[in-house]
Amino acid sequence: MPTVSTLSQSLAVAADLIAGFDPKLVEIVGLSLAVSLTATLLAACIGLPLGAAVAVARFPGRGAVIATLNALMGLPPVVVGLLVYLLLSRAGPLGALGLLFTPKAMVIAQTILIAPILAALARQIVEDAWAEYREQLKSLGVNTRRAALTLLWDTRFSLATVLLAGFGRAIAEVGAVMMVGGNIDGVTRVMTTTIALETSKGDLPLALGLGVVLISLVLLLNFTAQATRSWAKARFG
Amino acid sequence: MADGGRSAGLPIVATGLAYASGGTAILEDIDLTLERGVRTFVLGANGSGKSTLLRLLHGLLAPTRGTLQWGDRGARPLGQAMVFQRPVLLRRSASANIAYALDLAGVRGAHADRRVHAALQAAGLLQVGDRPARVLSGGEQQRLALARAWALEPEVLFLDEPTASLDPAATRAVEQMIAHIHAHGTTIVMSTHNLAQAKRLADDVIFLHAGRIAERTPALHFFSSPTSVAAREFLEGERL
Repeated sequence: MPTVSTLSQSLAVAADLIAGFDPKLVEIVGLSLAVSLTATLLAACIGLPLGAAVAVARFPGRGAVIATLNALMGLPPVVVGLLVYLLLSRAGPLGALGLLFTPKAMVIAQTILIAPILAALARQIVEDAWAEYREQLKSLGVNTRRAALTLLWDTRFSLATVLLAGFGRAIAEVGAVMMVGGNIDGVTRVMTTTIALETSKGDLPLALGLGVVLISLVLLLNFTAQATRSWAKARFG
Repeated sequence: MADGGRSAGLPIVATGLAYASGGTAILEDIDLTLERGVRTFVLGANGSGKSTLLRLLHGLLAPTRGTLQWGDRGARPLGQAMVFQRPVLLRRSASANIAYALDLAGVRGAHADRRVHAALQAAGLLQVGDRPARVLSGGEQQRLALARAWALEPEVLFLDEPTASLDPAATRAVEQMIAHIHAHGTTIVMSTHNLAQAKRLADDVIFLHAGRIAERTPALHFFSSPTSVAAREFLEGERL
């Protein structure tokens, strides 16, 4: 049972690890960023156009698509991990690619996890903008595809916040990357899986150090997003 | 005014036009013809159907009953533009807003640049052409919306209460632009609450009452001796 003194000792060691750019810590943080940034980028390429298309287009079953997207926002990471594991395991349909327990598998899992989040949030934002722009754009003779692209660009500052929400979800989740990455030292070990492992082993300093880095990253991102938004609001209206 | 190939969108002829929304009739029995070069003003009380009529004529709404013919076409032709009460501008520069509309109309390159410049100049907005459109003042935004419509060199320009949210100075500037656009050969169809404005600008008045055309007369007659009871009451209400 950790006491207050072990906590403060661990925090002191953690501070040393961060201040000294401990190679192991830097490697883990670097892999976390690489995996989650790549996943966010891929999910954006899928989710933002999908959300904008659903916002602007009218087709049968649209309500069901929106409800599904919204429901998928709450997709449990372990379920995504299980699905990707089954796909990539040696006996699975994509087993021949040999991706299981690699960073690529982690990127795939996180992309699947956050693409619906980006799509659902983008759908809401673009649809609100569409309500405002629809008559004017139709008057100018816009087609559905062009309308979706125009609205994506016009809501870019709000969508930047959506991307951050997706990235925040990706970098903070444990279950999916643990299952498909395997938490292999030096290969697929990221911040969250390391924190889980080191805590269970009782090695608190590294876990705490990574915890501090993780929280600082998330805070920094959100402050940046906030500042960008208010700057953009003043600059572009 | 319009390029030869697309100058076939006039006259606009509506026959037995009706529009209902959610079971509520908004317009009924609309028969009218809009001729080239005329400035037609649509007047009437709130809820009389002015905005809906403009949207039907512009093709933004599909009529529930009746037919619309634009020149020799049954579908809305190019060569129309509309300016709304509250301008909807994109989050980009003033000049890029005009270029966007031209791009949708298939006008690009140096030709588009010239038209953007000319439109900004006509609207007195050259100095703010590079500024983000959405941070311009209300009057400047509406002038930009007019400049965007003007750059399209439309055969017909619809204006739905374009000065309703503007102060007198901005209203004058917008009226001057409308006169300028009309002088270049564009047919004007405009709704307004401002009777003095209609007196200044209108050739022809369509007076709507409860979703029907109560009267359609030349502007001079309308303001001096309206024939319908509804129009008389409307004009008297204004004088009180």
